[in-house]
Amino acid sequence: MSTSATSMVGRLSDWLFRKPNHFLVVLFLPPLLWIGVVYIGSLLALLAQSFFSIDDFTGLIIYEPTLATYKQLFHPANFDVIVRTIVMAAAVTVASAIIAYPLAYFAARYAKGKWKALFYFLIMLPLWSSYLIKVYSWKLILAREGIISWFAAKLHLTWALEGLLATPVIGGPSLSTSYIGTFIVFVYIWLPYMILPTQAALERVPLNLIEASADLGGSPGQTFRHILWPLALPGLVAGSIFTFSLTMGDYIVPQVIGSSTQFIGNAVYLQQGTAGNIPLAAAFTVVPIIIMLIYLSIAKRMGAFDAL
Amino acid sequence: MTTAAVRFQNVSRHFGLVRAVDDLNLDIHAGEFFALLGPSGSGKTTCLRLIAGFEQPSTGHIEIFGESAGGVPPYRRNVNTVFQDYALFPHMNVLDNVSYGLMVKGVNRETRHQQAKDALKLVALGDYGARRPGQLSGGQRQRVALARALVNEPKVLLLDEPLGALDLKLREQMQVELKSLQRKLGITFVFVTHDQGEALSMADRVAIFNDGKIVQVGAPEDVYERPQSRFVANFVGSSNVLAPALTFTCGLAEKWSSLRPEKIRVLAARDKPLASEFSTDATLSSIHYQGSVTKLHARLPDGSSITVAAPPGSYANGDVLRLAWPRSAMHIMAAEA
Repeated sequence: MSTSATSMVGRLSDWLFRKPNHFLVVLFLPPLLWIGVVYIGSLLALLAQSFFSIDDFTGLIIYEPTLATYKQLFHPANFDVIVRTIVMAAAVTVASAIIAYPLAYFAARYAKGKWKALFYFLIMLPLWSSYLIKVYSWKLILAREGIISWFAAKLHLTWALEGLLATPVIGGPSLSTSYIGTFIVFVYIWLPYMILPTQAALERVPLNLIEASADLGGSPGQTFRHILWPLALPGLVAGSIFTFSLTMGDYIVPQVIGSSTQFIGNAVYLQQGTAGNIPLAAAFTVVPIIIMLIYLSIAKRMGAFDAL
Repeated sequence: MTTAAVRFQNVSRHFGLVRAVDDLNLDIHAGEFFALLGPSGSGKTTCLRLIAGFEQPSTGHIEIFGESAGGVPPYRRNVNTVFQDYALFPHMNVLDNVSYGLMVKGVNRETRHQQAKDALKLVALGDYGARRPGQLSGGQRQRVALARALVNEPKVLLLDEPLGALDLKLREQMQVELKSLQRKLGITFVFVTHDQGEALSMADRVAIFNDGKIVQVGAPEDVYERPQSRFVANFVGSSNVLAPALTFTCGLAEKWSSLRPEKIRVLAARDKPLASEFSTDATLSSIHYQGSVTKLHARLPDGSSITVAAPPGSYANGDVLRLAWPRSAMHIMAAEA
């Protein structure tokens, strides 16, 4: 008998080797418990809450299943919040994708060795500092007396900035108090989550497929449309899930920067906190989940996951 | 004078300090099956990529059927490539893969699918249109890659180590098929290989590459029987290279010569060499049984080693063999290297 089999650990590993099913159980039980109980469990509890309602007089929760709370979501004030959030999340996602794609393409195709390390470093760097610090820094950057206004003045472009801020709906007194500001900060904060999966997907597209397309007569535009785009789509979809859902759930950025209007995150925060309306907060939380499910099924129908 | 299918004029391609292709001059004739043969890193693949347009020459000039290829991108060259690992598009089925070239040229759906089906029939994969590349075997993917290139009716078909990933049996079968396909279509085939057997069996002419240069061009019999340099003698069919002194001892000029292992006889005890033969003793140092022949490595009295392809028999290390070969089998090589 070998020496390792005589020790405790050796005997255990031999036993696990002979019973691979037990090994799987030992390996997966802790994370399964975590996901099953803590993660899915709390989500189900949340879902359950959304089917209760609140007594307007006493402010107490009535523990009887009803769809009344969901009906409240369609009140104009609440529905505005939902539409505003979806439009913002979609805009942030599209802008992130447009900025991320060339960067990711460069990193996947051309950056090698040291340059690749530098790329990862620069992409990850913003993620290492506090989210709150970044948001408040942006408030200063975008403020009326901030560096952007100053820079615009130096370039004699104040008129352009004023023109932008005069745009109806998305404009405002300053960048930091307009939807434009909220949008800029959202794009800044979530951009790395779009770049990294896109880059990973592009990296997996073999160079010789691009060459094969060119060889068969495909112009660069056709190669992009028929080869690169469909093969990179899973990465873009993965990235957009991040940017879309993170924007929909965020309540700090709209609170600090923007036109003081509510997004879903703020609504949830308000309803479960000051208002004490847990059922409505829960119903608001269900909205992003449903939207993500719709989004993913559209992406699937578009063939986003065919190349996986 | 007929126009060459592909003409290299003083073409060099440098990657930094590395001269992948170094001052190359070569004419590939229209309609021929031409092999670029050489060890890895000898510049043969770069040469192919220069024809395809994936690389541009650092200096020099390439013509394809008389037209300058300078600055012409791959997608505007009437040349198609069968890639080493086939490069089939994983997200398209076989039919869409094959009709891709026609699709990007704007051929309507019905016509291109019909032509793609015909091309698939040509490579005996008529019923495989609906499959994904991932569902095919290596040999089938190879045929799809071939059909995908041929459907565009290229003037020159480039094949980059096309059979490298196939097992021996399939490789031999594909060699025969490629050769007959080329005969049937009359398209100029240029193919890269490091397998000398493949080059010799398929090609009309072979160019042998070493260090970015072509060291010899000729018909397979030419390069096999009459290597011009020690490199070619060694690389093509691993010939014995005899030093000038030994060549002289054999009764020929004092120059390097090559001698094919299969030209050497092992004499039995009662056998005598013929008058036209040279004979010598040799000490057997290793034995490699290879089925139809046994490769014997033996040491000659002057200390050099020699390889003999002998019929299978009972040999033992340390045996002293009597070897004989016709002097006419020795080929004097012009080049020193």
